[in-house]
Amino acid sequence: MSLLEIDRATLKFGGVTAVNDLSFSVEEGEVYAIVGPNGAGKSTVFNLISRFYEPYSGRISFAGENLLDRRADAVADLGIARTFQNIELFDHATVLQNLLVGRHRHRRTSMIEELLFTPRVRREERRHREVVEEVIDFLDLQPYRDKMIAGLPYGVRKVVELGRALASGPRLLLLDEPASGLSVEETQDMRWWIDDIRKQMGVTVLMVEHDMGLVAGVSDRVLALADGAKLAEGTPVEVQSDPAVIAAYLGAPADGGVA
Amino acid sequence: MRIHFKTSYDHDIRLFPDWWSFSIYAALVIVAVILPWLLGDFFLGEVTNVLIWAIAGLGLMLLTGQTGQASLGHAAFLAVGCYSCIILMEHGWPFLLAFPAAGIITGLFGTLFAIPAVRLHGIYLAIATIALSVLADDIIVLLDPWTDGVSGKFAPVIDIFGLEIERWSTPARFYWLVLAVTILCTLAYRNLLRAPLGRAFAAVRDSEVSATAMGVHIALTKAAAFGLSCAITGLAGALMGFFAGAFNNETFSITISINLLMMIVIGGLGSIHGAFFGAIVIAFLPQVLSMVTDTLGGGIAIPGLEMGVFGAILILFILFEPMGIYGRWLKIRTWLELFPFARKDMFRRQKSYLKTERLR
Amino acid sequence: MDILQLLVSGLANGCVYGLIALGFVLIYKATEAVNFAQGDLMMLGAFVTLGLSNAEYVGLPFWLAAPLAIAIMAGVGYLLDLLILRHIFGQNQTAVVILTIALGFVLRFVAGAIWGHEPQTLQSPLAMGDIRLGGVVLGMADVAVIVVTVLLTICLYQFFQRTKLGLAMQAASQNQMAAYYMGIPVKRVQGLIWGLSGAVAAVAGILFASKGAIDPNAGLLGIKAFAAAVIGGFGSLPGALVGGLIVGVIEPFASRYLAAGYSQIAPYALLLFVLVFRPHGLFSQVRVKKV
Repeated sequence: MSLLEIDRATLKFGGVTAVNDLSFSVEEGEVYAIVGPNGAGKSTVFNLISRFYEPYSGRISFAGENLLDRRADAVADLGIARTFQNIELFDHATVLQNLLVGRHRHRRTSMIEELLFTPRVRREERRHREVVEEVIDFLDLQPYRDKMIAGLPYGVRKVVELGRALASGPRLLLLDEPASGLSVEETQDMRWWIDDIRKQMGVTVLMVEHDMGLVAGVSDRVLALADGAKLAEGTPVEVQSDPAVIAAYLGAPADGGVA
Repeated sequence: MRIHFKTSYDHDIRLFPDWWSFSIYAALVIVAVILPWLLGDFFLGEVTNVLIWAIAGLGLMLLTGQTGQASLGHAAFLAVGCYSCIILMEHGWPFLLAFPAAGIITGLFGTLFAIPAVRLHGIYLAIATIALSVLADDIIVLLDPWTDGVSGKFAPVIDIFGLEIERWSTPARFYWLVLAVTILCTLAYRNLLRAPLGRAFAAVRDSEVSATAMGVHIALTKAAAFGLSCAITGLAGALMGFFAGAFNNETFSITISINLLMMIVIGGLGSIHGAFFGAIVIAFLPQVLSMVTDTLGGGIAIPGLEMGVFGAILILFILFEPMGIYGRWLKIRTWLELFPFARKDMFRRQKSYLKTERLR
Repeated sequence: MDILQLLVSGLANGCVYGLIALGFVLIYKATEAVNFAQGDLMMLGAFVTLGLSNAEYVGLPFWLAAPLAIAIMAGVGYLLDLLILRHIFGQNQTAVVILTIALGFVLRFVAGAIWGHEPQTLQSPLAMGDIRLGGVVLGMADVAVIVVTVLLTICLYQFFQRTKLGLAMQAASQNQMAAYYMGIPVKRVQGLIWGLSGAVAAVAGILFASKGAIDPNAGLLGIKAFAAAVIGGFGSLPGALVGGLIVGVIEPFASRYLAAGYSQIAPYALLLFVLVFRPHGLFSQVRVKKV
């Protein structure tokens, strides 16, 4: 059984079909990338998994459990964490606080206990903090720990967002364009981190990315989307050499494979 | 400049970062406790007033500063707290039971109001809360059998295990009571800020989408914010009732709601200090103004002057110091600590563009 | 007959609410801020007209004073934007809400300082006489209010749908950055919107003052106009007017047919009702944010 299974999902906005009868599955422990031209429905797939959008038809399951039975805020409880295309951090909080929000799904204390700050709350806080500090060390965020997000450069915010997702201790990490807007070196860092996340932490990664260098470098399998439907699926090399994918990217006249 | 050397995570978790700040706040509390021996009854009454406003400010700050939900209806919750405490006492409840009960009842009202209100954003919430504030007046009149409507109620004498507390006859005792409530509320607020729920509030304020993705239940979190905020506000309302001695349907008008919101903005949104700074301004402004008009105009009262000046101060603050008095205080402190190395552009604000809130 | 009279006076009141709501909507459409001082602008517009036309002040003829007052209020609106609102551009809505409430306080104080706190009446030709239609007696002022409001709404609607400036205003409100890139002078456009809403407030003020006495606290009427704007959905000009009419008509009927005490609750209860079941108004424009 695959970790994440999308089975014939379709989503329509008014008359536009954003995701069209799409099926794919992500195996535990792999890095799976989704590529495709702008407007192909890549982020929409993420939003379906995050339960921000309700699919028109189809099934989505995670570790055998039907995701569609869950509310958007209960998705995180299963161990699914994500980042956003345009960075959605908590701007008026520090890096540390942002990462600690990532621990929210592990909250065990009640409101009353927290108002009194009982010893149990303190113990839990220490435990959360230890996990967060591991993430900070892993991503080299030490210099920014107590800085406000609002004053941080773009590249750092991108890393903080990755850190927040990691702090939640996910089984599946959804990365929405992790390298967009990053410099060459920052992209290189991101590549190593994704590699380590998979190898050291054993986290499954599903990512949307335009940078084919990064995709080819880290992913085991690639799914190419166009107009919300599957164009090709396979290893990075297979997908990159697929005539339908080339046609979709270069906008060349379709010779057969492109719908 | 003081530098905190942190040797354990507890440094960030505990209430005070170091001995220095602990001693400052300890000294502040000690001064506050011995204040009745330092001040006359009039000024002690004024300080009591400041503290009561500060509690109400803390309540609203939790909702507006922390969770980002502007409320222009908190006077209604002050009223709920005030009436419920005093009605319970009239039914024979001792103060020590009636007072927390008033907080809980107001908190429940707040949660009840949150059920529809969590779906509202920005201006819609502001307008809904205005409607609530306007309605409160009429509803108090309609509930005449309980509230005595227009004729109003008188606050009874507080009795704690035989110790009588009343605003006029025992101002010092009343002051200590208010001080104790203030300290407890401040501590609870501070505890919340360093706990997961407090961070969830900030998450809801800054980005509902990613808060959801992190597993924060938006509606429940907002309802908790409303409940806690209103509970604190209810306590302040009860104290306000005792402080005023008598109150009716017009005591908790929409003007009070607006003043409360303006107060926390002047003080500094999102900080505990802000609630106190704002309370000082709102409680002493009328006094200062009457002193100024006395010396300048020979004691002619100018109607509307207070609100006009208050409005003008607020406009200046929003234009030039959107972080309020507390923000200015932080800047002055940093400047002093860094002297002579502070640079002018250290605090420059980033240019921002309007982000549409129609897309959410 | 009775009902017809209630209806007409309700509609006339509703028109004033609708015009204030129109001011809210104009500014909301352009800057996504709500001007909580719109009611006070209306009050100020009424006082400026009164100050220009009433015999005990300047004593200009009404038909000269009214356009002059409208022009002055347009200037006031533009200046408010230029001097104050423009500087907090892009900050969160709470700041704008509080800022405009504070502005309202200041305007109320200014009006009180100039014209005093006693209620005064505008010597307006609109206020003279009644119209008799069969057995029904209609106030001339009420009819005039309705006619002027309808005309003004049509003009504004056409302005936004047809003219280049109107379209630019719409564009600036929907996506500020994009509007910049398309060469729309966003800041000036917003200043003009504020001017326009000042002018609309002045018209509302003149109409309101034609129907009765005004004092510096008349701007609190704005709260009812909120109800109107919310019912209309805050993004729609005709919606604001319809909302105003609904609120205006509900009031006299509620006070006629409901027990005392319940009648003044009616508009606010309706407001809360709308917010609960249609959180973004009856003519909603809100969509889900894309991430």
